[in-house]
Amino acid sequence: MSGETTRQELFQYVIRLGDNALINGQRLAEWCGRGPFVEEDIAMTNIALDLVGRARMLLTYAGEVEGAGRTEDDLAYFRNEREFRNFQIMELPVGDFAFTTARQFFVDAYDYFYYRALQHSVDSTLAGIAAKTLKECEYHLRHSAEWMLRLGDGTEQSHAKISTAVAELMPFTYELFDADGIDRAMQANQIGVDLNTVEALWNEKVNNVLDEATLERPELKYTRSGGRQGLHSEHIGYLLAEMQSLQRAMPGQDW
Amino acid sequence: MTDSTTLPEIFQGRIDSEEKIEPRDWMPDAYRKTLIRQISQHAHSEIVGQLPEGNWITRAPSLRRKAILLAKVQDEAGHGLYLYSAAETLGISREQMLEQLHSGKAKYSSIFNYPTLTWADIGAIGWLVDSAAIINQIPLCRCSYGPYARAMVRICKEESFHQRQGYELLMTLCQGSEEQKAMAQDAINRWWWPSVMMFGPGDANSTHSAQSMQWKIKRNSNDELRQKFVDQAVPQAEYLGLTLPDPDLKWNEARGHYDFGEIDWDEFYQVVGGNGPCNHERISARIKAHEDGAWVREAALAYADKQRQRARKAAA
Repeated sequence: MSGETTRQELFQYVIRLGDNALINGQRLAEWCGRGPFVEEDIAMTNIALDLVGRARMLLTYAGEVEGAGRTEDDLAYFRNEREFRNFQIMELPVGDFAFTTARQFFVDAYDYFYYRALQHSVDSTLAGIAAKTLKECEYHLRHSAEWMLRLGDGTEQSHAKISTAVAELMPFTYELFDADGIDRAMQANQIGVDLNTVEALWNEKVNNVLDEATLERPELKYTRSGGRQGLHSEHIGYLLAEMQSLQRAMPGQDW
Repeated sequence: MTDSTTLPEIFQGRIDSEEKIEPRDWMPDAYRKTLIRQISQHAHSEIVGQLPEGNWITRAPSLRRKAILLAKVQDEAGHGLYLYSAAETLGISREQMLEQLHSGKAKYSSIFNYPTLTWADIGAIGWLVDSAAIINQIPLCRCSYGPYARAMVRICKEESFHQRQGYELLMTLCQGSEEQKAMAQDAINRWWWPSVMMFGPGDANSTHSAQSMQWKIKRNSNDELRQKFVDQAVPQAEYLGLTLPDPDLKWNEARGHYDFGEIDWDEFYQVVGGNGPCNHERISARIKAHEDGAWVREAALAYADKQRQRARKAAA
């Protein structure tokens, strides 16, 4: 493997992590000012802020790895649909509170086990980002898991809504563990993590919480994947059009 | 205490000697009512104020600005929360306060009934609206009612941080392209007068002022505070290279203050009365959030009940 290939692979690897945080944060931020009560509005905004902060660290690092002088904003605002490498689950429209809760729970559990493993990366920058991120992930997971219990084991109506959300989102969780060559290369050189281990821990956590929340884990009748290769749902274009509008309308300016 | 000293006299005596009134202390009904009105109105302003700025979170033009704006709007929600809690110490529930907001019985700051049309509006709100809010709020840190005064100390610290961020945003635009500078000027043109109006009616027409001054809920008149705002804003605008949209604005050597033009009181009373550019939209958005969240709040209560019952059973 040539040095150049490794650098390109590492760039791809880091940008995936950065895009996941950015797109999830962008969606969650849509709740700001319209949460079900003030305390929860604050909590969701706070989590969105953590995700944007994480995205900034990762995209900055991706730009450094790439070595072409691109900043976090160049990467966030001047890439197109096919260049974004986030999982599809991140870009799905925000939906109702049940949909947001189920998405955050699935993603928070993934992030928690993922970053817990990534803090042992031989790449010291990634290890450092992971250690810092892990503290947030722990809090995010506690928050979303508690809401899974409240909604699942709350009222009939909340049970029905969270069941629907879980059923809608479960096919998108397949992608989280759908490793490709870059994941395998990064795992082999001890920069990345072992996705099989993350998947086992994730399954255990998800099954336990669903069970306690009196929710069924639906069988997968279909799956969604492709974000790693820039193959997205139709929602990504609208999300980027909104997020990037001002930078694209007046490029080359300081903001 | 002699027999001839009445409760109201003792109360006023404590206020005159700058003692803080605390929730369990005796207070006149009118004092309680005035505070509930003012604190809940202030809390509602923070919560409704999330909306115009929240409008730009998904479109903030850099990730740094997105993070700053998210943090700011989160702070505002936090201010709303402390203030609702301060009002609750006076014997009104959050549910009652929200009902008053949604029905239109309770007011909130009219400034939030104007739309944020461009990114520069976020800077204009930070600079002008937060400046005006700070000038209004600093005297409230010495308000006679303890819980309100203490909430305001914390709020003022965060507001001054927001104000600097807004000014810095505008500074960046003003040092940028012609197009960016024009965007900043346009925002100031639209936000200047509504900001000047934030201090309320002129002293001659201010209904609640005299009593509030006696109770030390309020310490300066509306016009005094407004003058302070104008005096502070003029040199800041000059430094930015922006023009404040008031041809009558000029330094008055004799007064030691800036003179400024006549406020359009028609516009002021139209917006206060519900006919501003976004009154309907702001309240509709708040009602929608509250109604959409009803099932979530019910689920949380039902779950908490079940947990309590389980704990009781386990203990039995």
